[in-house]
Amino acid sequence: MQQTYINLLNLAFEESLKHDSKVMLFGLGVGDVGAVFGSTANLQSKFGSERIFEIPLSENAVSGMALGLAMQGFRPVMMHQRADFSFTSAEQIINQIAKTSYMSGDAYKVPLVIRMIVGRGWGQGPTHAQSPHAIFSHVPGLQVVAPATPLDGYYLMKQSIASDNPVIFIEHRWLHQTMETFNQNERVPNFTDAKIMKSGTDLTLISLSYGVIECIKIAAVLSEFNLTTEVVNLRSIQPWDKRTVLESVGKTQKAVLLDTGHLEFGLTGEVSSTIYSELFGVLSNPILRFGLPMEPTPSSAALAIDHYPTIEKMLGEIKSHFGFKYDLRKAITVFHEKFPYKSKHKDQPDVGVVGPF
Amino acid sequence: MNIELMNLIRKDYDIKNTKIQMFVNLQLIRSVELLISEKYANQVFRCPVHLSIGQEAIAVGVSLNLELEDKVVSTHRSHAHYIAKGGDLFSMLSELIGSPLGCCKGRGGSMHIFDKSVGFMASVPIVGSSLPIATGLALAEKLLNSKNIVVAYVGDAALETGAFYESLNLAALKKLPILIVLEDNGYSTYSNKEVRWPVAKNVRATIEGMGLIYDNGSGDDVEEIYIQVGQVMSNVRDNKPSLLHLNTFRRYEHCGPNLDDGMGYRKSDEIETYSARDPLEILRNKIVISGVISEKLFEKLAKRINDYTEEIFTKMLNQNQDFLAQFEMEK
Repeated sequence: MQQTYINLLNLAFEESLKHDSKVMLFGLGVGDVGAVFGSTANLQSKFGSERIFEIPLSENAVSGMALGLAMQGFRPVMMHQRADFSFTSAEQIINQIAKTSYMSGDAYKVPLVIRMIVGRGWGQGPTHAQSPHAIFSHVPGLQVVAPATPLDGYYLMKQSIASDNPVIFIEHRWLHQTMETFNQNERVPNFTDAKIMKSGTDLTLISLSYGVIECIKIAAVLSEFNLTTEVVNLRSIQPWDKRTVLESVGKTQKAVLLDTGHLEFGLTGEVSSTIYSELFGVLSNPILRFGLPMEPTPSSAALAIDHYPTIEKMLGEIKSHFGFKYDLRKAITVFHEKFPYKSKHKDQPDVGVVGPF
Repeated sequence: MNIELMNLIRKDYDIKNTKIQMFVNLQLIRSVELLISEKYANQVFRCPVHLSIGQEAIAVGVSLNLELEDKVVSTHRSHAHYIAKGGDLFSMLSELIGSPLGCCKGRGGSMHIFDKSVGFMASVPIVGSSLPIATGLALAEKLLNSKNIVVAYVGDAALETGAFYESLNLAALKKLPILIVLEDNGYSTYSNKEVRWPVAKNVRATIEGMGLIYDNGSGDDVEEIYIQVGQVMSNVRDNKPSLLHLNTFRRYEHCGPNLDDGMGYRKSDEIETYSARDPLEILRNKIVISGVISEKLFEKLAKRINDYTEEIFTKMLNQNQDFLAQFEMEK
C-alpha cells in the first residue's frame, strides 16, 4: 500500500514508543491539533502526556533538558517545526549535546534526536527555509541524517531513536506528501548507508533530502536521450557513505552534486574534495555543483524562482558542462510531460510525487 | 564527602559529628586549592583553573544534605563542588594534568569535571548553560520516581543569561526536584554588578515571580548554610523547585592560581572584609569555642588533612610519570 512520508514517520514514532518505554517526543506542536504536520497524530492519547508533550517556547533550555534526560537513559526526540528555530539552541547542541559523551570520558551515551523541518516556498523567506545539515555536520559528536523518501524517513527515524549518539534529523517539508509503498518485510537499510536510487553508467547525481527527488526527475528525463544516470541518495550526511559515492563516480567519471543548502563551505564542497582526492585522474570532467547562492532565501515567490536551482536550469547546465548532445528544449518538454506539476503554483510542493523511488 | 579520608581519621575523631564533617570537607577543599595554586607555576596542572577559595562553605553546606544518589551539576568553578560531593581527589588531580587516569580521561580538564559515580553529573563552563541540563536530569529523576534531587550551582552572572530564565520556567512548569544554588560572589571576571545589573533588580521578586521558592543568606558560615539548605531541601524533595541565593566572595583571581588584590577592580576596603569572612576561620572558631575538640587535636586534624592532599598529589605524580615526561623539552 502506498503511504505518505508523514504517515510512515508517524508509524516510526509509534513503533519506537511501543518498543522502548524510555522514548519521549516533545516540541512545539507535538500535542496540538496540527500534530507537527500530522506526524505525531494520536501519539499523546496512546502514550500519555508524560512521554509526549508540548514545550514552552524555550528551545535552548528544552534542548538541554533533552540532554539531561538522555544522560539518564531516556531517548528523547525534540522537534522543530522549522530548523531555523534550532539556532536558538545552538549553545546546547554544539557545546553540550555534541560533546558530553566525549568530555565525560565516555561516561555517558547521549541517545537523543533533534528533528528539524526545512521549509521552502510560499514565502518562507530568510528565517524559515534554511537547511542546516552542513552547519551541524561540522560539529564533531553529532550524526546528521537527511531522508529523501518516505521509507528513508521511516527507517532513519527508527534508527536515529535507537542510536546511542545524538542525531540531527533534517527533514524537508516538501517530502511530507510524497508516497511510497511500504512493505514490512523489506530489508532494513544500514543506518549510515547511501542508497542508489537508480543505476546508470553515464553520469552520477549525488544529493540529499528533497534534492534526491529532483535528481530522480533529471535522471528520468536524461534516460529519454540515451543517457543512463546513477542517482545517489546520501541519507546520512555525517558520517557520509564515501564508498558508495566513490564507486559510482569511479564508474561514471562524471559527478553532479545538488545541495538543499548554500553552496559555499557546504556539502558540495566537502563531497567534491573527497572525490577529487580519491579519483584524481579518473574524472572526465570537473564536478558540477548546484546549491543555493550565498544570499538569504527570499520570501517573494518571484525572487525565490532564481534562488533555487530549477530542474530546467540544471538540465541546461548539465548539458553544457559535460557537452551532452541532447536538445535542451526537448529535454525540458520531456520533463514537463513526465512530471506534470499538480500543484497550482511552483512555490508549493508537488503533490504528485509518488514512488517507487 | 571523601570516604577515604574519613576512614583514615575514623579512629581519632568522631566522624559522625557534623561539625567535624564540615571541617574535614572545608579543610580538604582549601588544602587542594592551595596545593593547585602552589604547584601551578611549575606547569604540572596544564589547564585553566578557577579556584574556590572563599566559596567553599556553600559546597560543603549543600553536600552534607545530599545523598550519594542525588545529582549535582556544576560550573567552571567546580573543584569545591566535586570534592564536597565525595569526588575522588586522585581522579580530579589527574584530570587537571590532562592524564588518561583523570575522571574524564583528560578530555575535560578543570572546567569540565564529570563523575557519574558520585552523582557529579556535569560541569558546564558556559555560564547559565548548566541549568537546562539540570532540568533534564531532574525530570528524569521525577519520571523514574527516584526521590533523588538535582542541585545546580550557578554564579550571579547566570542571572544575565537566557538559559537561566528558560530553565526556571521549565523547572516551575514541570514541578521539578531541583535546587538552584546561586553563589553570588559579585563579580563576573572583573566586572562588578554595577555594570551588569540595573539598580532596581530584585532577585527575590524575579525568582518568586517565576514560580520558584526563594531563600537567601550568607555563604560564609557553613553551619548556617547546612541548616538553611536542610530547610529548603524538604521543599525540593517535595517537587517544589527552589533557589537559594548565598552571598560569598572569591578570594583568588577569576582564573588562575594567584591573588589579584593589586589589580584594583576590587576596592581595598572590600578585600579587607574577606579575612573576617573566611569560612574556615569562622568554623574553626566555632569548633574551638564549643569544645568539640581541643585546639591541639584540631591542629593535628588540619595537618592530617593537608598531609592527605600531599599524599594523593605525590601518588598522582608517581602514577603519571610517563605521561608527564612527554611534555618536557628534550634536554
